[in-house]
Amino acid sequence: MSSSHKHDFISVENFSFFYGEKQALYDINMKVPEHQVTALIGPSGCGKSTLLRNMNRLNDLIEGTCHQGDIILNGSSLYDPLVNVISLRKRVGMVFQKYNPFAKSIYENVVFSLRVSGRNQRALLDDVVEESLRNAALWDEVKDRLHDSAFGLSGGQQQRLCIARAIANQPEILLMDEPCAALDPLATLKIEELIQDLKKQFTIVIVTHNMAQATRCSDKTAFMYLGKLIEFDDTKTIFTHPKEKQTEQYITGSFG
Amino acid sequence: MLAQKSSFTTDARCRKGESFVWLTAAGLTAGITMTVALLLFLLYQGLSSFWPNQIEVLDLQTDGTTSKVAGIVVDQRTRKSPDGIEKREWQIFRGNKDLYGESFLFLDENTITGTSAPTDYWLIERMEYGNAIGAPQSYTNADGSTLAATDGNFATHLRDRIEYVDGKRDLLLEIERKKLGKVNRELDKIDINLKTQRITAEQADAQRLPWQQQFETLTLEARTMREEIAKESLLVRTVDDKELNIPLSQLVHFYAPNQGGFFSKLGEALHRVWNFVSEEPRAANTEGGVFPAIFGTVIMTLLMSLFVTPLGVVAAIYLREYAKQGVLVKAVRISVNNLAGVPSIVFGVFGVAFFIYFIGSNVDAFFFSDKLPTPTYGTGGIFWASLTLALLTLPVVIVATEEAIAAVPRGVREAALACGASKWQMIQRVVLPASVPGILTGVILAMARGAGEVAPLMIVGVVKFAPSLPLDDISPFIHPERKFMHLGFHIYDLGFQSPDAEAAKPMVYATTLLLILIVVVMNLTAITLRNRIRKKFASNTF
Repeated sequence: MSSSHKHDFISVENFSFFYGEKQALYDINMKVPEHQVTALIGPSGCGKSTLLRNMNRLNDLIEGTCHQGDIILNGSSLYDPLVNVISLRKRVGMVFQKYNPFAKSIYENVVFSLRVSGRNQRALLDDVVEESLRNAALWDEVKDRLHDSAFGLSGGQQQRLCIARAIANQPEILLMDEPCAALDPLATLKIEELIQDLKKQFTIVIVTHNMAQATRCSDKTAFMYLGKLIEFDDTKTIFTHPKEKQTEQYITGSFG
Repeated sequence: MLAQKSSFTTDARCRKGESFVWLTAAGLTAGITMTVALLLFLLYQGLSSFWPNQIEVLDLQTDGTTSKVAGIVVDQRTRKSPDGIEKREWQIFRGNKDLYGESFLFLDENTITGTSAPTDYWLIERMEYGNAIGAPQSYTNADGSTLAATDGNFATHLRDRIEYVDGKRDLLLEIERKKLGKVNRELDKIDINLKTQRITAEQADAQRLPWQQQFETLTLEARTMREEIAKESLLVRTVDDKELNIPLSQLVHFYAPNQGGFFSKLGEALHRVWNFVSEEPRAANTEGGVFPAIFGTVIMTLLMSLFVTPLGVVAAIYLREYAKQGVLVKAVRISVNNLAGVPSIVFGVFGVAFFIYFIGSNVDAFFFSDKLPTPTYGTGGIFWASLTLALLTLPVVIVATEEAIAAVPRGVREAALACGASKWQMIQRVVLPASVPGILTGVILAMARGAGEVAPLMIVGVVKFAPSLPLDDISPFIHPERKFMHLGFHIYDLGFQSPDAEAAKPMVYATTLLLILIVVVMNLTAITLRNRIRKKFASNTF
């Protein structure tokens, strides 16, 4: 299989996670290959978003969480006590379920991650804006109004702006938490095409509720249930010959 | 078949809709009515005090003798005497306080036998003793020649002379306030140098000499100028045939209200409004304008906003973003809210005790020790007053900012962090910009509260009359230690501390109206600013 040649980019090792007393993830082991799209599927509350948000340690914001095991990102441990969370997050871009541009101009939204890294050279920023917006397939629509408020864009455009913002600082990984949940089918289609383009440059992990979406745009799929990783394999295999009964029930819609 | 009663039938009481809607509407109506009535009352009283009313000459008959009174009818009212008989009474402003001792006169309506409005009566504004009312007779020039009032050029000539004396007054003011002030400051400096033994007594005398000479030249110059303008005078005959000689130095303005038509009166009214807002007060604040008070109010409010905004915002950021949300933070938050309810005079006392007596006297001891025992910062001033009011309005800004910060969606914060921003970068670049409209709301509320506050100011630096403004053209231009005038205190002073309460009444209304207008203008400016910021990044929430 083609994916077996690929280098394992994110490797989740015996990872468990707790919100206070409540355990959300149970001993997850998973290796995400480079330059591929990995989809996390499963019913609500199964821990797929928790796993995703641990890949850039955004769960640190919630009080009273703790973890066991580790996540290795391109060879470096995420939970090493010496790791600088801020520089870690610069290596991982993230797109959220509800598009959330800042109350700034389109231009300033895209260059935000560069500005917070102290890179303020005008020429560099201009280049980054054009390149990121082109990569997010938004350039032609907004090139004449880069300095207008980001809130003037449509929902689909705002979500693509958020993608442009997430890839502006050239991260290694792009995490997407149900990026199409708040969008109509046409905007969804655009984002899915975009994901196919983006995987040439980034390793993508996407959480989705939409099984069709998972089949359309992912190379690998992980099925999670009640905080456990039930099955992780090539998307084609998962959707045609699932090994586990629970997976089969879930993808055929006959789940409890 | 029996018709079954529907369970949805309503009883008669609420058939016509919600009955308590009337109660709530009545509450709102009462509030609006009171506010509008107050504003209309102030508007009417405040504006009508500028309108030039007719001068009436009243024929009086008491106990067989007849007499005449000239003046402006201020009020006509019915008063009950102690034995229960109702009497109509007229209140007349007859001016000429130097002749009669009182500006106002109360007359029994029954004694008035007739009224007329002769066109030759003038209302003459003077530097002292309030207005004079009478018929002009003649003008004596500096060379002793006289010009009779019957002359066609009389009014023009008088206007010329008033313009001339206005210029002279400005010159005098410049000599007395600025040039002599400078000489005095230099002499003070020499004294201080002598006291601190930086120079010897001989050196001091030598240094003093040129300044003392200049002092004498200047005082001589001022004296000659005063004598010169005192030579000319206007002769006025009052209604009871007394003669009133008004020297040119006392003349400010004259107007013949019985001659002009509507537009002439309108012009006069506008002239009075302009004088009111642009001039300094005279005659124990009952005459002249309120410019220093306007200036003081605006500068103090702006300074206060300047102090309270950063302090409140920073405090709110810590409370909301950094402090561990627990019992302690909850207690702090409750205390901050309660601080808004502490009587303002308490803040005034704190201002005196902490800012003035503690910080101020230490500042004096360290930086202005050569001026002691005259305090510089160890006494009330606009700086301490603004700081005191900043403390007073701090809770408003903290609460508003906290709410604004809390309203910034979690998603936006996470997005900023996911972009690699540190927590402070997130607050500074994303949370604060999104909270600006909310913060401004807090500042607007603080300004509205601070501008109208009087009680604490009375003990931390407001005075009845301040000869110099806190901002002027004398180096170092900004004088935060100076005492200042404030419209709110001015109202109190005019209405309740004035020696002539009746004369000050129109000024009280006009000043009140002005204070409200200034607060409204400052608030509208801030609101416009807020709306512009809001519009720039209109929210996408729906």
